[in-house]
Amino acid sequence: MPSQTETLIAIRDLKVHFKLGGKRVVKAVDGVTLDIAKGETLGLVGESGCGKSTLGRAILRLTEPTGGQVLYRNNDLAHLSGRQLREQRRHLQIIFQDPYASLNPRMTVGQIVGEPLETFRLARGREAEQRVQELLETVGLSKRFIKRYPHEFSGGQRQRIGIARALAVDPDFIVADEPISALDVSIQAQIMNLLEKLRREKNLTYLFISHDLRAIRHVSDRVAVMYLGKLVEIADAKTIYVEPLMPYTKALISAVPVPDPEIEATRQRIMLEGDVPSPINPPKGCPFHTRCPYAIDVCKEVVPQLVEIKPAHFAACVRISPAMPHIEDVPPGSAPGLE
Amino acid sequence: MILLEVKDLRTYFETEDGLVKAVDGVSFQLQHGETLGIVGESGSGKSVTNLSIIRLIQEPPGKIVSGEVILKGQDILLLPPHAVRKIRGRRIAMIFQDPMTSLNPFMKISRQLMEMTQLHLGHTRSQAYEHAVKMLETVGIPDARTRANSYPHEFSGGMRQRVMIAMALSCEPELLIADEPTTALDVTIQAQILELIRKLKQETGTSVILITHDLGVVAGMTDRVIVMYAGKIFEQAKTKELFARPGNPYTKGLLRSVPDPTDEQGKLYQIPGLPPDVAHLKPGCPFAERCERVEEICRREFPPFVELTPDHHSLCHFANEVYAESN
Repeated sequence: MPSQTETLIAIRDLKVHFKLGGKRVVKAVDGVTLDIAKGETLGLVGESGCGKSTLGRAILRLTEPTGGQVLYRNNDLAHLSGRQLREQRRHLQIIFQDPYASLNPRMTVGQIVGEPLETFRLARGREAEQRVQELLETVGLSKRFIKRYPHEFSGGQRQRIGIARALAVDPDFIVADEPISALDVSIQAQIMNLLEKLRREKNLTYLFISHDLRAIRHVSDRVAVMYLGKLVEIADAKTIYVEPLMPYTKALISAVPVPDPEIEATRQRIMLEGDVPSPINPPKGCPFHTRCPYAIDVCKEVVPQLVEIKPAHFAACVRISPAMPHIEDVPPGSAPGLE
Repeated sequence: MILLEVKDLRTYFETEDGLVKAVDGVSFQLQHGETLGIVGESGSGKSVTNLSIIRLIQEPPGKIVSGEVILKGQDILLLPPHAVRKIRGRRIAMIFQDPMTSLNPFMKISRQLMEMTQLHLGHTRSQAYEHAVKMLETVGIPDARTRANSYPHEFSGGMRQRVMIAMALSCEPELLIADEPTTALDVTIQAQILELIRKLKQETGTSVILITHDLGVVAGMTDRVIVMYAGKIFEQAKTKELFARPGNPYTKGLLRSVPDPTDEQGKLYQIPGLPPDVAHLKPGCPFAERCERVEEICRREFPPFVELTPDHHSLCHFANEVYAESN
């Protein structure tokens, strides 16, 4: 476990609103505040369309934020100009979901992994080539592959190439956006173990974005749950599994199938009605109230804030409070979070 | 009572890379009312097996080179095309992973559902329409009568999958083949769809073949499991037995490489290496290169399909040892 003292990235009220024409706006990320500690893996989990990938991209400014700050080494990444941003970006990298679409098919592995070295003028010629060879070995690929093209590799191997490319510039921080979702089960474990090994060896910090709660639980120190552009719960990875507080998190965790027939046969699921509402016209009040089994009238009006319900455990729900953390114990109709 | 019996099915594909034996000697039985899970990684042959059962293999490049697929005493592989069309959709229905590409984007939902019963059950237009609305209600589409007149793009992914299920079940098939039906869906929606399949199965008594890569889904949904690798059945057992006492190193590895949320973190077990290139299989066991208990014989001789108990079989030279160790 890394020490949770030093904050590497501080996200403050970050917003990404996309204008759709007319008066329609998609609030993909809507006021996210989050600290990522140096050396930790922060898991970011949520269903499709919740804004988790947009948040990851906005931190690196691959998508332009429309409000808020991203503080890194005393700089606000959200407001840096071109040259300064490029300088900082060297320390911040991303690994993409689709290992087939994120590598240029016309470039060799050597060129792909070597390109960041050139861009940031970190190495040239023979030195660069040697560095590329080292990087390939670091991610578990043979250096003989240097002249081959992406199509000659399997999905898992391509993901390793993407990881080598991200490591080329010796980053501090990596956004891993669904890095294992497109891979076979036996390969997922390999990539998770590789990322964990690299974190330890290179002192990396990850934002690990995934919809796969089992993977998130395994790789993360802390987990943040996102729903319709907002963070709704943050806690350490074990706690969020054993004792989720926000009703959405409870439902999400109970929906994950467990690979054990004995448990599956007896466990009670919280079934959510309906789909995730459209982010174009999100519900007023708590974004989750349309599907929440515990929703009362006040949930349709009040937007819940993230509150530290238990030590280091934050949840956004007006129906719970530090004095009454468990929604099952709250009297019907009451909202202790508002008192 | 046996509903379906597949015997020594072999489906091969001619590719530029050589002959790919996608399904190579697969045999299994499916009982009435049973749910059978087929698990495997990409390229293991699980989907081709099921496309072969309903004769949806494109020829060329594919060809069912041998085997029998016996549905209640009748070999589907011997039937003329028009007779197979009468089985497809009527007696055996299928739902696929991606509901968007399996629905016709230009046709209203109601028409697509009506086609099924007009064709197979001889419904009149109005009968078919009423039946379509009833089916949409059954699968939990709110306000079904209005929504029947929508087009597929007006539905969310989960709703489209419900429509696919409505369509598949509209002629009360004896067998439903569901090929990764929830893989493209979010977990909370996945839970809804799985619950729906479970409920409808109970009500109608349909047998189900569920193809998936997700061992969690298998654990919760199936009575029996087949594990496929490189076109072969590697292990076959009752679901509880397979999870509790796997008799094959590949199954064991798969089970161990899934993170268990209730467990402490730490290094996850990983199966080394890559899935085999099915076009260039070496002699011996196709899993030998990745197997942790490989011995010399594994690289030389193809393993036997060992009977561990009357309904538990494993393709491994050391199946009995692996099974004993699992206890």
